[in-house]
Amino acid sequence: MSAVAAFFYLFSAVAVASAFMVVVSRNPVYSVLFLILAFVNAAGLFLLMGAEFLAMILVVVYVGAVAVLFLFVVMMLDVDFSELRQGFINYLPVGAMVGIALLVEIVLVVGTWTISPDLIRAPAPGAATAAAISNTEAIGQVLYTRYIYFFQAAGLILLVAMIGAIVLTLRERPGVKRQDIGAQVARTKATAMEVRKVASGAGLEG
Amino acid sequence: MDLLINLAIILGKSLLLLVALLVMIAYLLYADRKIWAAVQLRRGPNVVGPWGLLQSFADLLKFVLKEPVIPAGANKGLFLLAPLITCTLALSAWAVIPVSAGWAIAEINVGILYIFAISSLGVYGVIIGGWASNSKYPFLGALRSAAQMVSYEVSIGFVIITVLLCVGSLNLTAIVTAQETRGLAHMIGLPWLTFLNWFWLPLFPMFVVFFISALAETNRPPFDLPEAESELVAGYMVEYASTPYLLFMLGEYVAIVTMCALTTILFLGGWTAPIALPPFTWVPGVVWFVLKLCFVFFMFAMVKAFVPRYRYDQLMRLGWKVFLPISLACVVIVAAVLQVMGWVP
Amino acid sequence: MTQTLPNLLNDYLPLGIFIAVSGVIGLALLIAPFAVAFKSPDPEKLSAYECGFNAFDDARMKFDVRFYLVAILFIIFDLEVAFLFPWAVAYGDLGWAGFWSMMVFLGVLTIGFVYEWKKGALEWD
Repeated sequence: MSAVAAFFYLFSAVAVASAFMVVVSRNPVYSVLFLILAFVNAAGLFLLMGAEFLAMILVVVYVGAVAVLFLFVVMMLDVDFSELRQGFINYLPVGAMVGIALLVEIVLVVGTWTISPDLIRAPAPGAATAAAISNTEAIGQVLYTRYIYFFQAAGLILLVAMIGAIVLTLRERPGVKRQDIGAQVARTKATAMEVRKVASGAGLEG
Repeated sequence: MDLLINLAIILGKSLLLLVALLVMIAYLLYADRKIWAAVQLRRGPNVVGPWGLLQSFADLLKFVLKEPVIPAGANKGLFLLAPLITCTLALSAWAVIPVSAGWAIAEINVGILYIFAISSLGVYGVIIGGWASNSKYPFLGALRSAAQMVSYEVSIGFVIITVLLCVGSLNLTAIVTAQETRGLAHMIGLPWLTFLNWFWLPLFPMFVVFFISALAETNRPPFDLPEAESELVAGYMVEYASTPYLLFMLGEYVAIVTMCALTTILFLGGWTAPIALPPFTWVPGVVWFVLKLCFVFFMFAMVKAFVPRYRYDQLMRLGWKVFLPISLACVVIVAAVLQVMGWVP
Repeated sequence: MTQTLPNLLNDYLPLGIFIAVSGVIGLALLIAPFAVAFKSPDPEKLSAYECGFNAFDDARMKFDVRFYLVAILFIIFDLEVAFLFPWAVAYGDLGWAGFWSMMVFLGVLTIGFVYEWKKGALEWD
């Protein structure tokens, strides 16, 4: 148990420290890299709780996809971040107040939270009880049937995200020549070339 | 005390696997160059050692003895971090690969997901390296590479799903045993014809999609646009010299070999013998694994020698408009067929 | 829960050690030339490579928004794959209900895919 505790403190300390560095780093690229470190440590915490599937998915989705987009934006958008930081001192009091309000709320919520002892003794029907079943399978057994509405809602959200991204970013560029594979393959001898009689000494016009 | 002995054993195994892997890569690199040379009617490396067999080690020595240059405009920390990330990530995928029955360093339940995660992180080394160099060619190479790797990863994900549907587990060992214990050969009543069991036959279109996507994912020719020497000189690696460059190249080759190993595990039955009869079953599993891996690598090398480089718009078209719909449709078809025939594991 | 923890740690400890060992090998290779290689520093070596010219301007420039679009679409499809993993593993227990549940999910996303195809978001020019 002590090894688990040691790893817990290691992962959470690194996660908290890197989350702090995300906020205070001068260079936004370093911020994103610290964010990635925080994600990886959060995955480590999931692992310690036995949620290996969630840990891997956290790495695949957040580190492998979302953070790539963040990195794209801060590395390559060429935003002048020092200018954005100009008002830092002005906004500090307001920001601090919002932060403190959130902190108080979190403390209130967590402080009054109790997990019903019945819940531990009687797990939800369909949930994994035996250690023999891997937790990926346990998720699979309930997500698509018991929690079907949440699952379909997730699909709709993804659809909205996809359409939104296209509406926001797609620009039509007129006059761009594109390759049309169908037209290219469908070309025949008749459409592609033409045999003409050339009169001696006259040549062809155009 | 027990714990310490355990740790020492794990450490020893890890070192052994890594050294074996690196030596194998040294010779696969040599084989790659020799095959490429043979196709072009050249001799290839033939000076260092008998038939040039020590060429890769001479190259290693050369890299280590070269002066490391860090451009003045670069972010020094990130510039050096990028190759380290690439190489470490590529190597760490091998922790879960079962080279023979029970020979994986870490036998985790979500092995295939772990490899998928690791390969999706491979893009970081390229982006960070290209950006930290603060130079134009690396920047363009990094952009291209990021979009390319990301595009083909989706098809790889769908292909892996079709295999998982036929297996019902994320464990790599379970994927191999599933190909050993049931499948086509058992259905036709000749269970010793193991090679008919392997998923390459029933999932042949997926095998092809996976192989081509693996080429694109590892920036291998004909999809080596991030480093396309005729337009980008060497892409994201332009500013690198000495071992930082070596680490990039090593990472790339390790990723290629990982993809070969993954092809072997997913489609070619891992360490199982092609025919489950005595002369074949006497050969240890690890030998079969390495043989199959070398066969897949040979196909990688031949493609490099034969096929001209793709244009970038063609590459994106192939990924998004051909492979993505095909692999998505195959997920649906495989799921439907398994359900209708009652073959779900 | 508490019984599975030591098992899990047994599974993942080798993984951590393996990653650490490969990191050490990489690091050793990375710092080796700084220790042993022959050096003759020269300011010309430190300039960014631009086919022999001096660099014109900063290399970090704005670029086409299409690359972001690809990254966003990738996130969406990656999530789709993430949803498919537990489904594929538990497929045996799910039966036809699980099949149709996933088909509706994929159908919704296929609508999005058809939309982006028709809009030309997948064209590259």
